[in-house]
Amino acid sequence: MSSLIEFRDVCKLYHMGEYTVSAADHISMSINKGEFVAIVGQSGSGKSTCMNIIGCLHVPTSGTYLLDGRDVGSMNRNELAAIRNELLGFIFQQYNLMPKLNLLENVEIPLMYAGMPKAERRARAKEVLEQVGLGDKVKHRPSELSGGQQQRVSIARALAGRPAVILADEPTGALDSRTSREVINMLRQLNEQGNTVVLITHDNSIAVQAQRIIRLEDGHVIYDGDAHAPEAVVTPHLAGGETA
Amino acid sequence: MNFLETFKLALKNIASSKMRSFLTMLGIIIGVCAVIVIVGLGNGMSNYIQDSFADIGTNMLQVQVMGRGTSRRAPEEDMYAIMDANPDCLDQLSPLVSMYEPVKVGSETYKRTSVAGVSEDYFAMLGYGVEQGRGLEYMDVVNRSNICVVGKYVSDTYYGGAAVGESIKVGSTRLEIVGVLEQDAEEMEEGGNDDYVYLPYSTASRVSHTGTFGSYAVTVHTEEQAAQGKKAIEDGLYKIYGDTNAYAVVSVVELIDIMTSMVNTVMVVLTIIAAISLVVGGIGIMNIMLVSVTERTREIGIRKALGAREGTILQQFVIEAATTSAIGGVIGIGLGYVLSAVATQLIAMLMQESMTVTPSSAAVLTAFGVSAGIGVLFGYLPARKAARLNPIEALRYD
Repeated sequence: MSSLIEFRDVCKLYHMGEYTVSAADHISMSINKGEFVAIVGQSGSGKSTCMNIIGCLHVPTSGTYLLDGRDVGSMNRNELAAIRNELLGFIFQQYNLMPKLNLLENVEIPLMYAGMPKAERRARAKEVLEQVGLGDKVKHRPSELSGGQQQRVSIARALAGRPAVILADEPTGALDSRTSREVINMLRQLNEQGNTVVLITHDNSIAVQAQRIIRLEDGHVIYDGDAHAPEAVVTPHLAGGETA
Repeated sequence: MNFLETFKLALKNIASSKMRSFLTMLGIIIGVCAVIVIVGLGNGMSNYIQDSFADIGTNMLQVQVMGRGTSRRAPEEDMYAIMDANPDCLDQLSPLVSMYEPVKVGSETYKRTSVAGVSEDYFAMLGYGVEQGRGLEYMDVVNRSNICVVGKYVSDTYYGGAAVGESIKVGSTRLEIVGVLEQDAEEMEEGGNDDYVYLPYSTASRVSHTGTFGSYAVTVHTEEQAAQGKKAIEDGLYKIYGDTNAYAVVSVVELIDIMTSMVNTVMVVLTIIAAISLVVGGIGIMNIMLVSVTERTREIGIRKALGAREGTILQQFVIEAATTSAIGGVIGIGLGYVLSAVATQLIAMLMQESMTVTPSSAAVLTAFGVSAGIGVLFGYLPARKAARLNPIEALRYD
């Protein structure tokens, strides 16, 4: 199988005054097309850095990141914007919908930046909103919806451009447990339909919903394998404890 | 994302905070409005000056001969000699004796009625027509006859419209009225162009104790010869007096030019002041756009994560600033026209003169262009700030 996402010895250093923080320390991994992977770690483990690199919001300090075979590290800001638009669908913790736009217009944003003609855009936005069960609310504003519904709009927006990877950053962080399950089930469904889903979370109970877990700590990969293996949810130094 | 969509988005953002948008535009509105009204006033004044002098005739020269020292020798002969020497440009001549003796009709004295001694050509030079009786004739001048021609106001008001054959007294001299002129001004009034008594200049210089002598009105054949005619007269007078201070020749065209250029200078200064307010308005737009970029940091972050290029974000904010500014410009133009109309009415009411404040279409177009341009110019800096935001930090921004 060909890797869709491939990290080869990726390092990311942050300079904070005199200190240099290594947020990603020689990470190598690869994610194939059609996988449902959870990247798990405490805060400070480097998972946000990984997510920013996978999302092409950052480029690695050293090492190589290949997305769909393309070397992201050598791209300029406009090329990064174009590849984000083309290959990635973002789902954020805070939904990040535009409050002044209705659902259709919100979902159309990435399509607009892709230069899709208006009629086609509108049809596609309607289609994905129906897919997430909001076909009857297309003219509503995000503020008229519940949190779970807003997160579904953000899933629809991520799907609209038919991206190679759906990248969900703590998608359940702002939701109650029942709505969280709904959202996770929706992501599983999307995965079953053939989408590659990468889920970033600190929450083991969410992470185990994926097929595979990549656990990070201090910028290193400390576990990479089946989500249902017992070692997958153990944080070695804390004896499996969850810190809030 | 094409231009039209960006423009619609800008309109949406402007409409979503109407009060703030209006206050942002206010500087531009006031600036554009001021420029339009000032240019309109300038045009109105220039037109007013042109119209006022058009009455006198733009082919007219005014000559004042002071002569040497206290000599009161009337040099009409010299002037007529200069006329005869330059037939190619100089057309007609009339000495002009303004008299300050009061006018009496019966036992009533009218101090506001003007009295002037002129030649037989004077009415033709000014384009005055004779309505009743006759005008002045050469023989009246030669004979120093005690006759006069009166304006229509004098005839209508003091003689019930039948002045010919009646008599009028100027100072202590009784004159026979031989003619009445056609109405000149649109509305006849006391002290106006129609409240006039004209007598032969030779009679005037004989009977007047207080009159001014040495003034002449000269016409050239065409307006374009004004400068040439002026030079011919000056050369002629210099030969006689050998002193450039002994005479003064002014053409009406020259006067119009001088006054128009004075008005223009004042208008340019005022327009520059108004333009400063446009710049201040532009800075207001820049200020609000910078605040707006900060407020919308998260929106910018989302847009960038979803694939907006830097150029797209830059374009969005520049177009928003330009649209805000241009809308302000359009409102300013409308307000400028309203104020111009109000100013026209006010001038008519307060000064009893009709002067139309006419905004020029060039000023309107320039004002609109400048206001849109200011939006682009002052919107660029905040837009560039927005475009360069780091998407990760922007997404984290609350």
